[in-house]
Amino acid sequence: MNKTVNQKAWFLVLPVLVLVAFSAVIPLMTVVNYSVQDTFGNNQFFWAGLEWFEEMLRDERMWNALQRQLMFSAIILAIEVPLGVFIALNMPKGGFWASFCLVLMSLPLLIPWNVVGTIWQIFGRVDIGLLGHTLDALGIDYNYTQNIFAAWATIVVMDVWHWTSLVALLAYAGLKSIPDAYYQAAKIDQASRWKVFRYIELPKMMGVLMIAILLRFMDSFMIYTEPFVVTGGGPGNATTLLSIDLVKMALGQFDLGPAAAFSIMYFLVILLISWVFYTVMTNLDKKGM
Amino acid sequence: MADATISQTPTRARTLPRVNTSAVVMGLYLLFLLLPIYWLLNMSLKTNTEILNSFTLFPRDLTLDNYRTILTDPAWYMGYVNSLIYVVMNTVISLAVALPAAYAFSRYHFMGDKHLFFWLLTNRMAPPAVFALPFFQLYSSVGLFDTHIAVALAHCLFNVPLAVWILEGFMRGVPKEIDETAYIDGYSFGAFFVKIFMPLIASGIGVAAFFCFMFSWVELLLSRTLTTVDAKPIAAIMTRTQGASGIDWGVLAAAGVLTIVPGALVIWFVRNYIAKGFALGRV
Repeated sequence: MNKTVNQKAWFLVLPVLVLVAFSAVIPLMTVVNYSVQDTFGNNQFFWAGLEWFEEMLRDERMWNALQRQLMFSAIILAIEVPLGVFIALNMPKGGFWASFCLVLMSLPLLIPWNVVGTIWQIFGRVDIGLLGHTLDALGIDYNYTQNIFAAWATIVVMDVWHWTSLVALLAYAGLKSIPDAYYQAAKIDQASRWKVFRYIELPKMMGVLMIAILLRFMDSFMIYTEPFVVTGGGPGNATTLLSIDLVKMALGQFDLGPAAAFSIMYFLVILLISWVFYTVMTNLDKKGM
Repeated sequence: MADATISQTPTRARTLPRVNTSAVVMGLYLLFLLLPIYWLLNMSLKTNTEILNSFTLFPRDLTLDNYRTILTDPAWYMGYVNSLIYVVMNTVISLAVALPAAYAFSRYHFMGDKHLFFWLLTNRMAPPAVFALPFFQLYSSVGLFDTHIAVALAHCLFNVPLAVWILEGFMRGVPKEIDETAYIDGYSFGAFFVKIFMPLIASGIGVAAFFCFMFSWVELLLSRTLTTVDAKPIAAIMTRTQGASGIDWGVLAAAGVLTIVPGALVIWFVRNYIAKGFALGRV
């Protein structure tokens, strides 16, 4: 659509600007303030410069949390993206069953995040949970509160359960936009199922799939509630992801300076990824997909 | 033609014993999705003795006591009321400010429009953990701590950008000629927007409302940080129960089931727009 230049449009955006400035800029400036100051209590602050940043960058704790975070995001992407595409390919193409599947698949997406945690906490318990009980009966040593591997497996499977449908829904939306003529042409050429996927479906899905990957990466990068409810970051610190660590530091120990410096670096990473995301999206818009 | 017949004959011969693989895959996947939810439902209908002492795949003596506990105890059901109040407030505020903004983004170029649009997106992507502490201090200092409006405003952080993006996606689909014709016919901007434009994007408004509702409903970190008693959301009340020494599993499960209900009720209406909503209006 060709847009006209109209500076008065600013007035229409003004309410959003004021509201989001109130709920984003002010808090963010508080964080910036804390990150460059130190305190002896009593609300007396003095300038600390970049000390906190230097300290955080040297701190093993943040690097370990970052490492776990990257590992978590990598694992869930490696599972959810192929699985989501696979599910999308197998979805009914239309009619009642397509709606039926869409609705049931969306169900996990609409559950409050701590309830997701609760569901899996219960489901995985050896004494009262179906999963834990079954694994125990099969003779597998499974205890997500003590065994590091079990804890990781639980939060990964939980995330797969929670979010694979999102990837599947987006991939499905991409698949549905492929005109029938493409498939007919492939049939005339006697293309194999794999080739249809590789040369027709995948390229056509690429756009939405990019969105799905970025969304999943970003949301998994700031995941807090679900793993916190299930493992509380344990056993030890084995499942303490970035957000969990940050909340522990800021609200638990009230280490304002380091927590603020941590927040800022966290936010900068997110900003960078958001920019990639934005570029991908606007390029898609231009192509009219 | 001959080729087609040849290649089809063996397939047809195999059709009878062969099962539909797509259906099997979908069946397994849906089973995987529903099993944990079923387990929660199952537990919510059991007594605690049955939960702890015997392992049963379905409730042997079915009881609604757990639900009765929640629906009669104000400490429990007020959690739902609190959640609903701030979620609805948030949805109304988000839509009210997002509608004009989305219109501006979809129709006009103005100074800094691209930067502004990007900046909004970064707020959708901002980790709530970063904002938890500053929000706590901000709302405490203006005396809004532990009120519904504080949570509603805090959730605007990610819901307003979301609403703007979704609505902009829908508005771009409305031809600009409609606006121009209306202005020629003498409509003022306000009258045109409410009487003509909003009905045209009614489905978009519905979808945006649904997603604002949903993301505010599922969020816990901020709503828990900003409330103590008066506006405490149901999700936080559940966590507290878990911390107690003796956990009432049945009631916990029932509370969980009740939080799934609102989403489950309305999802049918937005089923065709679900992908669009999650992708910020860009599918």
